[in-house]
Amino acid sequence: MAYYAKSKGQRVADWSVHYSLLACYLFFALFPLFWLFKVAVTPTKLLYSEGIRMWPSEMTWANFSQVMTDTDFPQFFINSAIVSGSTAVISTLIAAAAGYSFSRFHYRGKAVIIVLMLITQMFPLVMLIAPIFRILTPLGLTDSLLGLVVVYTAFNVPFATFLMQSFFDGIPKDLEEAAMIDGNTRFGALVKIIFPLTLPGIAATLGFVFTAAWSELLFALMLVSSPDAVTFPVGLLTFVSKFSVDFGQMMAAGFLALIPAAIFFFLIQRYLVQGLTAGAVKG
Amino acid sequence: MTAATDLGTHPASRQGVASRRFLSRFEPYFYASPAIVLLVTVMMVPLVVGLTYTVRDIRILNPFSGGYVGFAHFEAIWHDQNFHNALYNTFWWTVTSLFFQFFLGLMLALLLNRTFPGRRIIQSLVFLPWAVPAFLSGLNWAWMFNPVISPLPQWLFALGILSEPTNILSDPDLAMWGPIVANIWFGIPFFAITLLAALQSIPGEIYEAASIDGASRRQQFVSITLPFLAPTIAITLMLRTIWIANFADLIIVMTNGGPADSTQIVSSYIFTQAFRRLDFGYASAIAAVLLVLLMAYAVSIIFIRRSLLRET
Repeated sequence: MAYYAKSKGQRVADWSVHYSLLACYLFFALFPLFWLFKVAVTPTKLLYSEGIRMWPSEMTWANFSQVMTDTDFPQFFINSAIVSGSTAVISTLIAAAAGYSFSRFHYRGKAVIIVLMLITQMFPLVMLIAPIFRILTPLGLTDSLLGLVVVYTAFNVPFATFLMQSFFDGIPKDLEEAAMIDGNTRFGALVKIIFPLTLPGIAATLGFVFTAAWSELLFALMLVSSPDAVTFPVGLLTFVSKFSVDFGQMMAAGFLALIPAAIFFFLIQRYLVQGLTAGAVKG
Repeated sequence: MTAATDLGTHPASRQGVASRRFLSRFEPYFYASPAIVLLVTVMMVPLVVGLTYTVRDIRILNPFSGGYVGFAHFEAIWHDQNFHNALYNTFWWTVTSLFFQFFLGLMLALLLNRTFPGRRIIQSLVFLPWAVPAFLSGLNWAWMFNPVISPLPQWLFALGILSEPTNILSDPDLAMWGPIVANIWFGIPFFAITLLAALQSIPGEIYEAASIDGASRRQQFVSITLPFLAPTIAITLMLRTIWIANFADLIIVMTNGGPADSTQIVSSYIFTQAFRRLDFGYASAIAAVLLVLLMAYAVSIIFIRRSLLRET
Protein backbone atom coordinates (compact mmCIF):
# COMPACT_ATOMS: atom_id res chain seq x y z
CA MET A 1 0.00 0.00 0.00
CA ALA A 2 2.99 2.25 0.52
CA TYR A 3 3.42 2.49 -3.22
CA TYR A 4 -0.10 3.63 -3.39
CA ALA A 5 0.19 6.61 -1.07
CA LYS A 6 -2.64 9.05 -1.34
CA SER A 7 -3.11 12.50 0.08
CA LYS A 8 -5.35 12.80 3.10
CA GLY A 9 -7.94 14.76 1.14
CA GLN A 10 -8.15 12.03 -1.45
CA ARG A 11 -8.72 9.44 1.23
CA VAL A 12 -11.48 11.49 2.85
CA ALA A 13 -13.14 11.88 -0.54
CA ASP A 14 -12.79 8.15 -1.09
CA TRP A 15 -14.48 7.21 2.13
CA SER A 16 -17.25 9.77 1.77
CA VAL A 17 -18.11 8.29 -1.64
CA HIS A 18 -17.99 4.84 -0.04
CA TYR A 19 -20.31 5.73 2.80
CA SER A 20 -22.74 7.73 0.69
CA LEU A 21 -23.12 4.84 -1.75
CA LEU A 22 -23.79 2.54 1.20
CA ALA A 23 -26.32 5.07 2.49
CA CYS A 24 -28.18 4.83 -0.83
CA TYR A 25 -28.31 1.05 -0.52
CA LEU A 26 -29.48 1.30 3.08
CA PHE A 27 -32.24 3.70 2.08
CA PHE A 28 -33.43 1.51 -0.79
CA ALA A 29 -33.34 -1.61 1.40
CA LEU A 30 -34.97 -0.16 4.48
CA PHE A 31 -37.42 2.51 3.35
CA PRO A 32 -40.13 0.03 2.20
CA LEU A 33 -39.84 -1.77 5.55
CA PHE A 34 -40.00 1.50 7.43
CA TRP A 35 -43.12 2.44 5.48
CA LEU A 36 -44.72 -0.90 6.28
CA PHE A 37 -44.17 -0.20 9.95
CA LYS A 38 -45.29 3.43 9.68
CA VAL A 39 -48.68 2.57 8.17
CA ALA A 40 -49.10 -0.24 10.70
CA VAL A 41 -48.82 2.18 13.61
CA THR A 42 -50.94 4.93 12.02
CA PRO A 43 -54.48 5.16 13.42
CA THR A 44 -56.98 4.33 10.67
CA LYS A 45 -58.72 7.71 10.94
CA LEU A 46 -55.45 9.58 10.30
CA LEU A 47 -54.32 7.39 7.38
CA TYR A 48 -56.25 9.34 4.75
CA SER A 49 -56.96 12.62 6.54
CA GLU A 50 -53.33 13.52 7.18
CA GLY A 51 -52.17 12.84 3.66
CA ILE A 52 -48.71 11.40 3.22
CA ARG A 53 -46.51 12.16 6.20
CA MET A 54 -43.24 10.56 7.20
CA TRP A 55 -44.58 9.87 10.69
CA PRO A 56 -48.18 10.11 11.96
CA SER A 57 -49.03 12.80 14.53
CA GLU A 58 -50.37 10.06 16.74
CA MET A 59 -49.16 6.49 17.06
CA THR A 60 -51.16 3.38 17.90
CA TRP A 61 -50.71 -0.33 18.44
CA ALA A 62 -54.42 -0.91 17.85
CA ASN A 63 -53.86 -2.46 14.42
CA PHE A 64 -51.57 -5.05 15.93
CA SER A 65 -53.93 -5.93 18.76
CA GLN A 66 -56.89 -6.15 16.36
CA VAL A 67 -54.93 -8.51 14.12
CA MET A 68 -54.09 -10.66 17.13
CA THR A 69 -57.60 -10.79 18.58
CA ASP A 70 -60.17 -10.27 15.80
CA THR A 71 -58.65 -12.27 12.95
CA ASP A 72 -57.46 -15.79 12.27
CA PHE A 73 -53.87 -14.61 12.01
CA PRO A 74 -52.64 -16.14 15.27
CA GLN A 75 -53.75 -19.51 13.89
CA PHE A 76 -52.07 -18.82 10.51
CA PHE A 77 -48.98 -17.74 12.36
CA ILE A 78 -48.85 -20.97 14.36
CA ASN A 79 -49.46 -23.03 11.21
CA SER A 80 -46.62 -21.27 9.43
CA ALA A 81 -44.33 -21.68 12.41
CA ILE A 82 -45.05 -25.43 12.58
CA VAL A 83 -44.58 -25.91 8.84
CA SER A 84 -41.43 -23.80 8.54
CA GLY A 85 -39.86 -25.09 11.74
CA SER A 86 -40.39 -28.75 10.86
CA THR A 87 -39.28 -28.18 7.27
CA ALA A 88 -36.12 -26.45 8.47
CA VAL A 89 -35.17 -29.18 10.93
CA ILE A 90 -35.95 -32.13 8.63
CA SER A 91 -34.35 -30.57 5.54
CA THR A 92 -31.21 -29.68 7.46
CA LEU A 93 -30.84 -33.22 8.83
CA ILE A 94 -31.34 -34.80 5.42
CA ALA A 95 -29.13 -32.23 3.72
CA ALA A 96 -26.39 -32.59 6.33
CA ALA A 97 -26.29 -36.36 5.75
CA ALA A 98 -26.25 -35.99 1.96
CA GLY A 99 -23.76 -33.12 2.08
CA TYR A 100 -21.48 -35.18 4.29
CA SER A 101 -21.57 -38.08 1.87
CA PHE A 102 -20.76 -35.75 -1.07
CA SER A 103 -17.93 -34.16 0.84
CA ARG A 104 -16.23 -37.27 2.24
CA PHE A 105 -16.81 -40.20 -0.10
CA HIS A 106 -16.20 -41.11 -3.70
CA TYR A 107 -18.75 -43.61 -4.82
CA ARG A 108 -20.54 -44.94 -7.83
CA GLY A 109 -23.58 -42.87 -8.78
CA LYS A 110 -22.49 -39.74 -6.90
CA ALA A 111 -22.19 -37.68 -10.10
CA VAL A 112 -25.64 -38.83 -11.18
CA ILE A 113 -27.17 -37.76 -7.88
CA ILE A 114 -25.50 -34.33 -8.08
CA VAL A 115 -26.77 -33.80 -11.63
CA LEU A 116 -30.23 -34.88 -10.51
CA MET A 117 -30.12 -32.29 -7.75
CA LEU A 118 -29.00 -29.58 -10.17
CA ILE A 119 -31.85 -30.44 -12.52
CA THR A 120 -34.38 -30.02 -9.73
CA GLN A 121 -33.11 -26.45 -9.41
CA MET A 122 -33.85 -25.74 -13.05
CA PHE A 123 -37.32 -26.77 -13.93
CA PRO A 124 -40.35 -24.62 -13.22
CA LEU A 125 -41.80 -25.79 -9.91
CA VAL A 126 -45.24 -24.69 -11.13
CA MET A 127 -45.05 -27.73 -13.38
CA LEU A 128 -45.23 -29.93 -10.29
CA ILE A 129 -48.34 -28.29 -8.89
CA ALA A 130 -50.84 -30.37 -10.85
CA PRO A 131 -49.19 -33.79 -10.38
CA ILE A 132 -48.41 -33.20 -6.71
CA PHE A 133 -52.00 -32.16 -6.12
CA ARG A 134 -53.23 -35.33 -7.81
CA ILE A 135 -50.77 -37.55 -5.95
CA LEU A 136 -51.33 -36.04 -2.50
CA THR A 137 -55.13 -35.98 -2.62
CA PRO A 138 -55.72 -39.75 -2.29
CA LEU A 139 -53.05 -39.88 0.45
CA GLY A 140 -55.01 -37.34 2.47
CA LEU A 141 -52.05 -34.95 2.39
CA THR A 142 -53.81 -32.02 0.78
CA ASP A 143 -55.29 -29.62 3.25
CA SER A 144 -52.78 -30.76 5.85
CA LEU A 145 -49.65 -29.22 7.31
CA LEU A 146 -47.82 -32.54 6.92
CA GLY A 147 -48.31 -32.43 3.14
CA LEU A 148 -46.75 -28.97 3.01
CA VAL A 149 -43.80 -30.10 5.13
CA VAL A 150 -43.10 -33.03 2.79
CA VAL A 151 -43.27 -30.87 -0.33
CA TYR A 152 -41.20 -28.00 1.11
CA THR A 153 -38.57 -30.37 2.44
CA ALA A 154 -38.09 -31.89 -1.00
CA PHE A 155 -37.84 -28.43 -2.61
CA ASN A 156 -35.22 -27.23 -0.14
CA VAL A 157 -33.01 -30.28 0.20
CA PRO A 158 -30.94 -29.76 -3.00
CA PHE A 159 -29.70 -26.25 -2.20
CA ALA A 160 -29.34 -27.08 1.50
CA THR A 161 -27.21 -30.10 0.54
CA PHE A 162 -24.83 -27.99 -1.54
CA LEU A 163 -24.60 -25.50 1.29
CA MET A 164 -23.85 -28.19 3.89
CA GLN A 165 -21.35 -29.84 1.56
CA SER A 166 -19.38 -26.61 1.29
CA PHE A 167 -19.28 -26.37 5.08
CA PHE A 168 -18.02 -29.95 5.40
CA ASP A 169 -15.44 -29.28 2.69
CA GLY A 170 -14.04 -26.55 4.91
CA ILE A 171 -13.35 -29.02 7.75
CA PRO A 172 -10.14 -31.09 7.41
CA LYS A 173 -10.66 -34.83 6.88
CA ASP A 174 -7.83 -35.61 9.32
CA LEU A 175 -10.05 -34.70 12.25
CA GLU A 176 -12.46 -37.58 11.96
CA GLU A 177 -9.75 -39.93 10.71
CA ALA A 178 -7.86 -39.30 13.95
CA ALA A 179 -11.02 -39.98 15.94
CA MET A 180 -11.60 -43.18 13.98
CA ILE A 181 -8.07 -44.38 14.76
CA ASP A 182 -8.91 -43.77 18.41
CA GLY A 183 -11.62 -46.41 18.07
CA ASN A 184 -14.69 -44.39 17.14
CA THR A 185 -16.93 -45.43 14.28
CA ARG A 186 -17.25 -42.89 11.49
CA PHE A 187 -20.72 -42.02 12.66
CA GLY A 188 -19.45 -41.55 16.20
CA ALA A 189 -16.70 -39.26 14.94
CA LEU A 190 -19.25 -37.34 12.90
CA VAL A 191 -21.47 -36.74 15.91
CA LYS A 192 -18.70 -36.02 18.43
CA ILE A 193 -16.08 -34.16 16.40
CA ILE A 194 -17.53 -32.83 13.16
CA PHE A 195 -21.01 -31.85 14.27
CA PRO A 196 -19.88 -29.19 16.79
CA LEU A 197 -17.60 -27.68 14.14
CA THR A 198 -20.41 -27.38 11.59
CA LEU A 199 -22.78 -25.60 13.95
CA PRO A 200 -22.46 -22.32 12.00
CA GLY A 201 -23.20 -24.21 8.80
CA ILE A 202 -26.18 -25.90 10.38
CA ALA A 203 -27.44 -22.55 11.65
CA ALA A 204 -27.09 -21.04 8.18
CA THR A 205 -28.91 -23.93 6.55
CA LEU A 206 -31.69 -23.93 9.15
CA GLY A 207 -32.21 -20.21 8.68
CA PHE A 208 -32.12 -20.42 4.92
CA VAL A 209 -34.69 -23.21 4.74
CA PHE A 210 -36.86 -21.60 7.40
CA THR A 211 -37.14 -18.33 5.47
CA ALA A 212 -37.79 -20.18 2.21
CA ALA A 213 -40.60 -22.25 3.76
CA TRP A 214 -41.97 -19.22 5.58
CA SER A 215 -42.42 -17.36 2.29
CA GLU A 216 -43.75 -20.13 0.07
CA LEU A 217 -47.06 -19.10 -1.43
CA LEU A 218 -48.06 -20.95 -4.59
CA PHE A 219 -48.09 -24.51 -3.29
CA ALA A 220 -49.74 -23.47 -0.05
CA LEU A 221 -52.42 -21.71 -2.09
CA MET A 222 -52.97 -24.76 -4.24
CA LEU A 223 -52.74 -27.52 -1.64
CA VAL A 224 -54.54 -26.02 1.33
CA SER A 225 -58.07 -24.67 1.54
CA SER A 226 -59.46 -25.29 5.02
CA PRO A 227 -58.78 -22.45 7.49
CA ASP A 228 -57.02 -24.60 10.10
CA ALA A 229 -54.20 -25.49 7.71
CA VAL A 230 -53.78 -22.06 6.06
CA THR A 231 -50.30 -20.59 6.33
CA PHE A 232 -49.46 -16.93 6.79
CA PRO A 233 -48.84 -16.02 3.12
CA VAL A 234 -52.15 -17.50 2.02
CA GLY A 235 -53.92 -15.91 4.97
CA LEU A 236 -52.51 -12.50 4.16
CA LEU A 237 -53.44 -12.81 0.51
CA THR A 238 -57.06 -13.73 1.28
CA PHE A 239 -57.11 -10.93 3.84
CA VAL A 240 -56.13 -8.49 1.10
CA SER A 241 -58.94 -9.57 -1.18
CA LYS A 242 -61.52 -9.65 1.62
CA PHE A 243 -60.83 -6.42 3.48
CA SER A 244 -58.93 -4.46 0.88
CA VAL A 245 -59.64 -1.15 2.60
CA ASP A 246 -57.97 -1.68 5.95
CA PHE A 247 -54.36 -0.88 5.15
CA GLY A 248 -53.40 -0.51 8.80
CA GLN A 249 -54.36 -4.05 9.74
CA MET A 250 -52.82 -5.51 6.59
CA MET A 251 -49.54 -3.75 7.26
CA ALA A 252 -49.59 -4.85 10.90
CA ALA A 253 -50.17 -8.47 9.86
CA GLY A 254 -47.43 -8.14 7.25
CA PHE A 255 -45.03 -6.71 9.75
CA LEU A 256 -45.70 -9.62 12.10
CA ALA A 257 -45.03 -12.03 9.23
CA LEU A 258 -41.69 -10.37 8.65
CA ILE A 259 -40.38 -10.72 12.19
CA PRO A 260 -39.44 -14.44 12.43
CA ALA A 261 -37.79 -14.54 9.01
CA ALA A 262 -35.94 -11.30 9.63
CA ILE A 263 -34.62 -12.44 13.02
CA PHE A 264 -33.41 -15.73 11.60
CA PHE A 265 -31.77 -14.09 8.65
CA PHE A 266 -30.19 -11.37 10.74
CA LEU A 267 -28.50 -14.01 12.86
CA ILE A 268 -27.27 -16.26 10.08
CA GLN A 269 -26.28 -14.02 7.16
CA ARG A 270 -22.65 -13.89 8.32
CA TYR A 271 -22.42 -17.69 8.35
CA LEU A 272 -24.00 -17.80 4.92
CA VAL A 273 -21.16 -15.68 3.50
CA GLN A 274 -18.65 -17.81 5.43
CA GLY A 275 -20.08 -21.06 4.13
CA LEU A 276 -20.11 -19.94 0.53
CA THR A 277 -16.54 -18.68 0.94
CA ALA A 278 -15.40 -22.07 2.21
CA GLY A 279 -16.97 -23.68 -0.84
CA ALA A 280 -15.39 -21.19 -3.20
CA VAL A 281 -11.91 -21.82 -1.81
CA LYS A 282 -12.20 -25.45 -2.67
CA GLY A 283 -13.97 -25.13 -6.00
CA MET B 1 -31.24 -68.80 6.98
CA THR B 2 -28.12 -70.82 6.25
CA ALA B 3 -26.17 -67.66 5.60
CA ALA B 4 -27.16 -66.34 8.99
CA THR B 5 -26.11 -69.50 10.82
CA ASP B 6 -22.91 -69.57 8.77
CA LEU B 7 -22.10 -66.07 9.89
CA GLY B 8 -22.85 -67.09 13.44
CA THR B 9 -20.28 -69.91 13.37
CA HIS B 10 -17.54 -67.64 12.00
CA PRO B 11 -14.91 -66.48 14.43
CA ALA B 12 -15.92 -63.14 15.86
CA SER B 13 -13.01 -61.23 14.32
CA ARG B 14 -13.73 -62.37 10.78
CA GLN B 15 -17.37 -61.50 11.10
CA GLY B 16 -16.37 -58.05 12.29
CA VAL B 17 -14.17 -57.53 9.24
CA ALA B 18 -16.90 -58.69 6.86
CA SER B 19 -19.61 -56.50 8.34
CA ARG B 20 -17.27 -53.55 8.52
CA ARG B 21 -16.41 -53.97 4.84
CA PHE B 22 -20.10 -54.21 4.05
CA LEU B 23 -20.74 -51.08 6.10
CA SER B 24 -17.96 -49.03 4.58
CA ARG B 25 -19.11 -50.00 1.10
CA PHE B 26 -22.65 -48.83 1.73
CA GLU B 27 -22.00 -46.05 4.20
CA PRO B 28 -22.04 -43.24 1.61
CA TYR B 29 -25.39 -44.46 0.26
CA PHE B 30 -26.70 -44.64 3.79
CA TYR B 31 -25.98 -40.93 4.26
CA ALA B 32 -27.35 -39.89 0.88
CA SER B 33 -30.40 -42.14 0.73
CA PRO B 34 -32.98 -39.99 2.56
CA ALA B 35 -32.28 -37.12 0.17
CA ILE B 36 -32.44 -39.40 -2.87
CA VAL B 37 -35.70 -41.06 -1.81
CA LEU B 38 -37.31 -37.70 -1.13
CA LEU B 39 -36.20 -36.12 -4.41
CA VAL B 40 -37.30 -39.08 -6.46
CA THR B 41 -40.73 -39.39 -4.86
CA VAL B 42 -41.62 -35.72 -4.47
CA MET B 43 -39.89 -34.19 -7.49
CA MET B 44 -38.90 -36.71 -10.13
CA VAL B 45 -42.07 -38.82 -10.10
CA PRO B 46 -44.37 -35.75 -10.26
CA LEU B 47 -42.19 -34.35 -13.04
CA VAL B 48 -42.66 -37.49 -15.12
CA VAL B 49 -46.37 -37.59 -14.27
CA GLY B 50 -46.57 -33.93 -15.26
CA LEU B 51 -45.01 -34.75 -18.62
CA THR B 52 -47.70 -37.37 -19.24
CA TYR B 53 -50.37 -34.75 -18.48
CA THR B 54 -49.19 -32.73 -21.47
CA VAL B 55 -50.86 -35.19 -23.84
CA ARG B 56 -54.01 -35.68 -21.77
CA ASP B 57 -57.15 -33.68 -21.15
CA ILE B 58 -57.12 -33.10 -17.39
CA ARG B 59 -59.60 -30.68 -15.92
CA ILE B 60 -60.25 -31.17 -12.22
CA LEU B 61 -63.90 -30.16 -12.22
CA ASN B 62 -64.80 -32.15 -15.34
CA PRO B 63 -65.38 -35.84 -14.56
CA PHE B 64 -65.33 -36.73 -18.29
CA SER B 65 -61.84 -35.43 -18.77
CA GLY B 66 -58.73 -37.59 -18.59
CA GLY B 67 -58.59 -38.82 -22.18
CA TYR B 68 -55.57 -38.85 -24.47
CA VAL B 69 -55.46 -35.79 -26.71
CA GLY B 70 -52.10 -36.20 -28.43
CA PHE B 71 -50.43 -32.92 -29.29
CA ALA B 72 -53.63 -30.87 -29.13
CA HIS B 73 -52.34 -28.80 -26.18
CA PHE B 74 -49.13 -27.95 -27.99
CA GLU B 75 -51.05 -26.97 -31.08
CA ALA B 76 -53.24 -24.74 -28.93
CA ILE B 77 -50.13 -23.16 -27.37
CA TRP B 78 -48.74 -22.46 -30.83
CA HIS B 79 -51.84 -20.36 -31.62
CA ASP B 80 -52.36 -18.94 -28.12
CA GLN B 81 -51.88 -15.16 -28.30
CA ASN B 82 -51.82 -14.94 -24.49
CA PHE B 83 -48.91 -17.37 -24.41
CA HIS B 84 -46.95 -15.38 -27.01
CA ASN B 85 -47.54 -12.24 -25.01
CA ALA B 86 -46.46 -14.02 -21.80
CA LEU B 87 -43.29 -15.28 -23.48
CA TYR B 88 -42.38 -11.77 -24.59
CA ASN B 89 -43.08 -10.45 -21.08
CA THR B 90 -40.98 -13.24 -19.52
CA PHE B 91 -38.04 -12.12 -21.63
CA TRP B 92 -38.24 -8.49 -20.48
CA TRP B 93 -39.01 -9.41 -16.90
CA THR B 94 -35.99 -11.71 -16.70
CA VAL B 95 -33.43 -9.60 -18.55
CA THR B 96 -34.28 -6.33 -16.80
CA SER B 97 -34.49 -7.83 -13.30
CA LEU B 98 -31.27 -9.76 -13.76
CA PHE B 99 -29.35 -6.79 -15.18
CA PHE B 100 -30.11 -4.52 -12.22
CA GLN B 101 -29.84 -7.24 -9.58
CA PHE B 102 -26.44 -8.25 -10.86
CA PHE B 103 -24.79 -4.85 -11.27
CA LEU B 104 -26.22 -3.39 -8.08
CA GLY B 105 -25.34 -6.62 -6.22
CA LEU B 106 -21.77 -6.60 -7.56
CA MET B 107 -21.29 -2.98 -6.52
CA LEU B 108 -22.63 -3.71 -3.05
CA ALA B 109 -20.32 -6.71 -2.67
CA LEU B 110 -17.33 -4.55 -3.65
CA LEU B 111 -18.37 -1.87 -1.15
CA LEU B 112 -18.66 -4.44 1.64
CA ASN B 113 -15.40 -6.18 0.80
CA ARG B 114 -13.19 -3.89 2.90
CA THR B 115 -12.99 -3.22 6.59
CA PHE B 116 -14.61 -0.07 7.90
CA PRO B 117 -16.42 0.95 11.07
CA GLY B 118 -20.04 -0.20 11.14
CA ARG B 119 -19.55 -2.78 8.42
CA ARG B 120 -21.21 -5.67 10.20
CA ILE B 121 -24.40 -3.85 11.05
CA ILE B 122 -24.62 -2.26 7.59
CA GLN B 123 -24.12 -5.66 5.99
CA SER B 124 -26.94 -7.27 7.94
CA LEU B 125 -29.29 -4.38 7.20
CA VAL B 126 -28.69 -4.20 3.45
CA PHE B 127 -29.14 -7.97 3.19
CA LEU B 128 -32.48 -7.80 5.01
CA PRO B 129 -34.75 -7.62 1.91
CA TRP B 130 -33.68 -11.18 1.03
CA ALA B 131 -35.35 -12.36 4.25
CA VAL B 132 -38.63 -10.63 3.50
CA PRO B 133 -41.06 -13.29 2.28
CA ALA B 134 -41.71 -12.81 -1.44
CA PHE B 135 -45.46 -12.47 -1.02
CA LEU B 136 -44.88 -9.76 1.56
CA SER B 137 -42.42 -7.81 -0.57
CA GLY B 138 -44.98 -8.07 -3.36
CA LEU B 139 -47.77 -6.73 -1.19
CA ASN B 140 -45.54 -4.09 0.33
CA TRP B 141 -44.35 -2.81 -3.04
CA ALA B 142 -47.90 -2.82 -4.34
CA TRP B 143 -48.73 -0.50 -1.43
CA MET B 144 -45.61 1.56 -2.11
CA PHE B 145 -46.84 2.32 -5.63
CA ASN B 146 -50.25 3.41 -4.36
CA PRO B 147 -50.32 7.24 -4.46
CA VAL B 148 -52.95 7.39 -1.70
CA ILE B 149 -50.77 5.96 1.05
CA SER B 150 -47.20 6.20 -0.21
CA PRO B 151 -44.90 9.06 -1.16
CA LEU B 152 -43.19 7.05 -3.88
CA PRO B 153 -45.39 8.15 -6.84
CA GLN B 154 -44.89 11.77 -5.78
CA TRP B 155 -41.12 11.30 -5.65
CA LEU B 156 -41.04 9.64 -9.06
CA PHE B 157 -43.11 12.53 -10.38
CA ALA B 158 -40.78 15.10 -8.80
CA LEU B 159 -37.77 13.33 -10.36
CA GLY B 160 -39.47 13.53 -13.74
CA ILE B 161 -39.71 9.75 -14.10
CA LEU B 162 -43.50 9.83 -14.06
CA SER B 163 -45.53 12.45 -15.91
CA GLU B 164 -48.22 12.26 -13.24
CA PRO B 165 -48.13 10.84 -9.69
CA THR B 166 -50.37 7.88 -10.51
CA ASN B 167 -50.19 4.19 -9.66
CA ILE B 168 -47.93 2.60 -12.25
CA LEU B 169 -49.44 -0.81 -11.51
CA SER B 170 -52.69 0.24 -13.20
CA ASP B 171 -50.96 1.55 -16.31
CA PRO B 172 -50.48 -1.26 -18.88
CA ASP B 173 -47.41 0.46 -20.35
CA LEU B 174 -45.61 0.79 -17.03
CA ALA B 175 -47.08 -1.96 -14.85
CA MET B 176 -44.22 -4.40 -15.48
CA TRP B 177 -41.82 -2.01 -13.75
CA GLY B 178 -43.66 -2.57 -10.47
CA PRO B 179 -42.80 -6.26 -10.05
CA ILE B 180 -39.38 -5.62 -11.60
CA VAL B 181 -38.51 -3.02 -8.95
CA ALA B 182 -39.75 -5.36 -6.20
CA ASN B 183 -37.67 -8.16 -7.70
CA ILE B 184 -34.54 -5.98 -7.85
CA TRP B 185 -35.06 -4.96 -4.23
CA PHE B 186 -35.47 -8.57 -3.22
CA GLY B 187 -32.64 -9.98 -5.38
CA ILE B 188 -29.70 -7.59 -4.84
CA PRO B 189 -28.71 -9.33 -1.56
CA PHE B 190 -28.45 -12.72 -3.28
CA PHE B 191 -25.81 -11.49 -5.71
CA ALA B 192 -24.13 -9.44 -3.01
CA ILE B 193 -23.88 -12.46 -0.68
CA THR B 194 -22.52 -14.89 -3.27
CA LEU B 195 -20.14 -12.36 -4.84
CA LEU B 196 -18.94 -11.18 -1.43
CA ALA B 197 -18.17 -14.78 -0.51
CA ALA B 198 -16.22 -15.16 -3.75
CA LEU B 199 -14.37 -11.87 -3.17
CA GLN B 200 -13.35 -12.93 0.32
CA SER B 201 -11.84 -16.12 -1.02
CA ILE B 202 -9.33 -14.19 -3.19
CA PRO B 203 -5.97 -14.32 -1.39
CA GLY B 204 -4.92 -10.85 -0.25
CA GLU B 205 -1.26 -11.42 -1.23
CA ILE B 206 -2.17 -11.24 -4.90
CA TYR B 207 -3.32 -7.65 -4.51
CA GLU B 208 -0.24 -6.78 -2.47
CA ALA B 209 2.05 -8.19 -5.15
CA ALA B 210 0.12 -6.33 -7.84
CA SER B 211 0.29 -3.00 -6.05
CA ILE B 212 4.04 -3.45 -5.45
CA ASP B 213 4.34 -3.91 -9.21
CA GLY B 214 2.55 -0.60 -9.56
CA ALA B 215 -0.82 -1.82 -10.81
CA SER B 216 -3.58 0.73 -10.41
CA ARG B 217 -6.85 -0.04 -8.67
CA ARG B 218 -8.65 -0.32 -11.99
CA GLN B 219 -5.98 -2.66 -13.39
CA GLN B 220 -6.21 -4.81 -10.28
CA PHE B 221 -9.95 -5.03 -10.67
CA VAL B 222 -9.78 -6.03 -14.32
CA SER B 223 -6.90 -8.48 -14.10
CA ILE B 224 -7.35 -10.00 -10.62
CA THR B 225 -10.85 -9.50 -9.26
CA LEU B 226 -12.86 -10.16 -12.41
CA PRO B 227 -11.06 -13.38 -13.44
CA PHE B 228 -11.43 -14.69 -9.88
CA LEU B 229 -15.12 -13.84 -9.83
CA ALA B 230 -15.82 -15.15 -13.33
CA PRO B 231 -16.73 -18.77 -12.37
CA THR B 232 -19.09 -17.58 -9.61
CA ILE B 233 -20.61 -14.97 -11.91
CA ALA B 234 -21.19 -17.49 -14.69
CA ILE B 235 -22.93 -20.00 -12.44
CA THR B 236 -25.01 -17.55 -10.44
CA LEU B 237 -26.13 -15.67 -13.55
CA MET B 238 -27.26 -18.89 -15.16
CA LEU B 239 -29.09 -20.21 -12.11
CA ARG B 240 -30.67 -16.85 -11.40
CA THR B 241 -31.90 -16.43 -14.98
CA ILE B 242 -33.76 -19.71 -14.69
CA TRP B 243 -34.97 -18.89 -11.23
CA ILE B 244 -36.29 -15.43 -12.17
CA ALA B 245 -37.99 -16.75 -15.30
CA ASN B 246 -39.80 -19.28 -13.09
CA PHE B 247 -40.58 -16.82 -10.31
CA ALA B 248 -44.26 -15.94 -10.40
CA ASP B 249 -44.99 -14.95 -6.77
CA LEU B 250 -44.34 -11.22 -7.09
CA ILE B 251 -46.43 -10.89 -10.22
CA ILE B 252 -49.31 -12.95 -8.87
CA VAL B 253 -49.39 -10.89 -5.69
CA MET B 254 -48.84 -7.44 -7.21
CA THR B 255 -50.79 -7.45 -10.46
CA ASN B 256 -52.09 -10.95 -11.07
CA GLY B 257 -50.89 -10.61 -14.64
CA GLY B 258 -52.89 -7.47 -15.31
CA PRO B 259 -53.78 -4.84 -16.31
CA ALA B 260 -54.83 -6.33 -19.65
CA ASP B 261 -52.25 -9.16 -19.36
CA SER B 262 -49.44 -6.62 -19.56
CA THR B 263 -47.51 -8.31 -16.72
CA GLN B 264 -48.43 -11.92 -17.43
CA ILE B 265 -45.27 -14.05 -17.66
CA VAL B 266 -45.24 -17.70 -18.65
CA SER B 267 -44.98 -19.06 -15.12
CA SER B 268 -47.81 -16.88 -13.81
CA TYR B 269 -49.84 -17.92 -16.85
CA ILE B 270 -49.25 -21.58 -15.96
CA PHE B 271 -50.39 -20.88 -12.44
CA THR B 272 -53.51 -19.12 -13.71
CA GLN B 273 -54.37 -22.08 -15.93
CA ALA B 274 -53.82 -24.60 -13.13
CA PHE B 275 -55.22 -22.73 -10.18
CA ARG B 276 -57.99 -20.55 -11.55
CA ARG B 277 -59.15 -22.60 -14.53
CA LEU B 278 -58.14 -25.98 -13.06
CA ASP B 279 -57.00 -27.04 -16.53
CA PHE B 280 -54.03 -29.16 -15.47
CA GLY B 281 -53.42 -30.65 -18.91
CA TYR B 282 -52.94 -27.31 -20.63
CA ALA B 283 -50.96 -25.91 -17.67
CA SER B 284 -48.58 -28.87 -17.79
CA ALA B 285 -48.12 -28.50 -21.54
CA ILE B 286 -47.13 -24.82 -21.13
CA ALA B 287 -44.80 -25.79 -18.28
CA ALA B 288 -43.16 -28.39 -20.54
CA VAL B 289 -42.58 -25.73 -23.20
CA LEU B 290 -41.01 -23.43 -20.59
CA LEU B 291 -38.88 -26.32 -19.35
CA VAL B 292 -37.58 -27.02 -22.86
CA LEU B 293 -36.80 -23.33 -23.45
CA LEU B 294 -34.91 -23.04 -20.16
CA MET B 295 -32.98 -26.25 -20.78
CA ALA B 296 -32.03 -24.98 -24.23
CA TYR B 297 -30.83 -21.77 -22.61
CA ALA B 298 -28.79 -23.60 -19.96
CA VAL B 299 -27.21 -25.96 -22.48
CA SER B 300 -26.29 -23.13 -24.84
CA ILE B 301 -24.73 -21.13 -22.00
CA ILE B 302 -22.65 -24.13 -20.94
CA PHE B 303 -21.68 -24.70 -24.59
CA ILE B 304 -20.65 -21.06 -25.09
CA ARG B 305 -18.64 -21.13 -21.87
CA ARG B 306 -16.82 -24.29 -22.98
CA SER B 307 -15.92 -22.90 -26.38
CA LEU B 308 -14.72 -19.65 -24.79
CA LEU B 309 -12.54 -21.61 -22.36
CA ARG B 310 -11.10 -23.60 -25.24
CA GLU B 311 -10.10 -20.44 -27.12
CA THR B 312 -8.17 -18.91 -24.25
